[in-house]
Amino acid sequence: MSTDGLSRRRFFGLAGAGTAGVLAAGAAGGVIGRATAEEPAAAPAATDAVAFEGAHQAGIVTPAQDRLHFVAFDVITDDRAELVAMLQAWTAAARRMTAGKDAGEVGAVDGGQYDVPDDTGEALGLPASGLTLTVGFGPSLFSTADGVDRFGLASRRPEPLTDLPGFPGDAIDPAISGGDLCVQACANDPQVAVHAVRNLVRLGAGVVSVRWSQLGFGRTSSTSSAQATPRNLFGFKDGTDNLKAEAPTTLDQFVWVADGDPAADWLAGGSYVVTRRIRMRIEQWDTSTMAEQEATIGRTKKAGAPLGQSKEFDPVDFTEQVDGDVAIPPTSHVFLAHPTNSGTAILRRGYSFVDGSDGLGRLDAGLFFIAYQRDPETGFVQVQKNLRNDAMNEYIQHTSSAVFACPPGVRGDDDWWGRALFS
Amino acid sequence: MSKPARKRLSLVALTGLTALTVAACGSDDAGSGGSGDASDDIAVAATDEACDVATVELPAGVHQFTVTNTGSKVTEFYVYADGDRVMGEVENIAPGVARELRVELPAGDYEATCKPGMVGDGIRSALTVTGESATLDEDATLAQAGTDYQRYVQSQTGALVEQTTAFVNAVKAGDVEGAKALFPVARTYWERIEPVAESFGDLDPIIDGREGDQAEGEDFTGFHRLEQALWATGDVSGMGGYADQLLTNVQEIATRADDVQLSPLQLANGAKGLLDEIATGKITGEEDRYSHTDLWDFRANLEGSEAAVQALRPYLEKTDPDLVGEIDERFTAAEAELEQHRAGDGWESYDQLTDEQLRGLSDSITALTESVSQVASVVAGK
Repeated sequence: MSTDGLSRRRFFGLAGAGTAGVLAAGAAGGVIGRATAEEPAAAPAATDAVAFEGAHQAGIVTPAQDRLHFVAFDVITDDRAELVAMLQAWTAAARRMTAGKDAGEVGAVDGGQYDVPDDTGEALGLPASGLTLTVGFGPSLFSTADGVDRFGLASRRPEPLTDLPGFPGDAIDPAISGGDLCVQACANDPQVAVHAVRNLVRLGAGVVSVRWSQLGFGRTSSTSSAQATPRNLFGFKDGTDNLKAEAPTTLDQFVWVADGDPAADWLAGGSYVVTRRIRMRIEQWDTSTMAEQEATIGRTKKAGAPLGQSKEFDPVDFTEQVDGDVAIPPTSHVFLAHPTNSGTAILRRGYSFVDGSDGLGRLDAGLFFIAYQRDPETGFVQVQKNLRNDAMNEYIQHTSSAVFACPPGVRGDDDWWGRALFS
Repeated sequence: MSKPARKRLSLVALTGLTALTVAACGSDDAGSGGSGDASDDIAVAATDEACDVATVELPAGVHQFTVTNTGSKVTEFYVYADGDRVMGEVENIAPGVARELRVELPAGDYEATCKPGMVGDGIRSALTVTGESATLDEDATLAQAGTDYQRYVQSQTGALVEQTTAFVNAVKAGDVEGAKALFPVARTYWERIEPVAESFGDLDPIIDGREGDQAEGEDFTGFHRLEQALWATGDVSGMGGYADQLLTNVQEIATRADDVQLSPLQLANGAKGLLDEIATGKITGEEDRYSHTDLWDFRANLEGSEAAVQALRPYLEKTDPDLVGEIDERFTAAEAELEQHRAGDGWESYDQLTDEQLRGLSDSITALTESVSQVASVVAGK
């Protein structure tokens, strides 16, 4: 920013970037959380800033932004103090960038001619764009695969934080799975998300090394009733029955780690994030009939209504019959994944991706699945186990897997990502 | 602080030293440098097993060492300060040859080190320097940097001409195996001083151009043309002309480099530029695509970068000792990462390295580059 407190948008005037648009801190427990499903809070403008501080980290129940850059890191130092210093530097930079400012105190273009700029500059002139940066700690941060406790954290590992089990049909590539740390950058402008990740990577030189990263170009879930339900690359509305910011009691039950949970300790108010890169076999999908597609999903393609119903938000009724058969086939994705039959709920926050092509004349496309939950075992793992006979499995393959514990939100100027864990 | 993540060490033990560096010289020009005249000439008897230094307690000031190699291996001689910081070095001392090193040593504890076979930690003995020597003010210290680096370049161009001559002779004699062994050795001296060599835009492409880099109508010449013949075809019968041309051009570089004195900012940019060379050419295996001797070049770039930083070191220690500590730490880390790939007297072939190993090398260079890139800002104010 330079030190004048203005955002990088100063070059283009101040319209839309003021603090008036900043969401209340801790959206779930704040203004949005008090709204009812019938009266959803007005969606913020796409250019607004989202508050960085709060009881929970932003980027979980924050209305899902349109773009994603997710990055997982390996920690390459064994020096705990270096890791702590980096997390503090990251927090400072995240605080600035989510407010629409440059990553460093000097700024991209306000330093000396022979200084190396402390911001990379590609977000100059762009508004905050709803940027959220959400950090998580992977199981390997606490002890490595061969049991080494690099940072004296082994005793602080929450019991639920373990690598996910294998599932039938998985084709997991270890090179794009796992990681010691993660940062989920979401924004309504892809360049703002990439800018944030790039500058955090720079700040981490010598301390962390990018293990893998994933761009997502379109949200595939709504996390607020104020949002329209988007379509994923199967062409279907996705996330209609997702957990939403407007239902704080449900979020407390299924998303947020509570005091008293197993080894909640430093994680109370946080959540676990599971990521799965799900390749879609879109060529096979695209040549299947409408009937096959709808039976696979369990919803109509046009309206997104449960089969047997007419509108998107009509209740899912697994007893509904059409012509003597159940309307929603028991092998459909909705049938098996729905809380009624999986016995649990997760907050989905995935993004569509196309990572070029696969060398066989096909697009390498799919859904980068992100889910937040209070406990992976009773969240994603329970749902995924129930999907063993999912008709959709014919059209998808999971190619990466990761789980991270996301600490609670940063509160106060002196707070930083992971303070409770490292203190 | 623009980089709060950095652990900045305090260099209590080193602050205030005026470490004039790298006064390695050819065998006959030891007295021509800019650090003042040496008052003595200390004999160093180097063999394959011993490194006997005639005098181990010295007054602060400029000293000359004459290193005589009576062993069977090529050796090197270093004077190290704490943390293996190179105060001075003389390289490529063949069996039966004597070479001189002149180096300014402020009061402190040092280690005199011979490295027979040019590998490992070497044979070390303590040097104790007492008393006080005049210290330069900041401006004079910075002005000295270019002079010191110039002397380093001269020491390298001397060895470059010698080793290129040997390489070229092997090619012309049709000694494929001999030429293959000499190729990475000759390139070491080239890669260390690449920022200087590249300043001669007409010579660099014809000495070091890669296949496909030539404009239409231009011939593919230089080191990599010979590398291609040696490794890709094993037939050097038509390479005599290219070999002669390479030596002529290298000699021309050596002559011209004598007159080059880089500014502090050029030194800072050169130090970073050499690390960029590693990141973009060596870690990718693009530089030596036929021989896969990229790690030799990696090592040489790293040493060259360190030499440029060393020339600026006395100034940096006065103005930003924390940065010096961070750079030292990261040079050490990068060297340790590379050291894992030593093979005999040289380095593992690039195509033997796993992705994980390359990533370790890359991470160490990324971190080091972030630190070295800060040097320009520190010296630019002057």
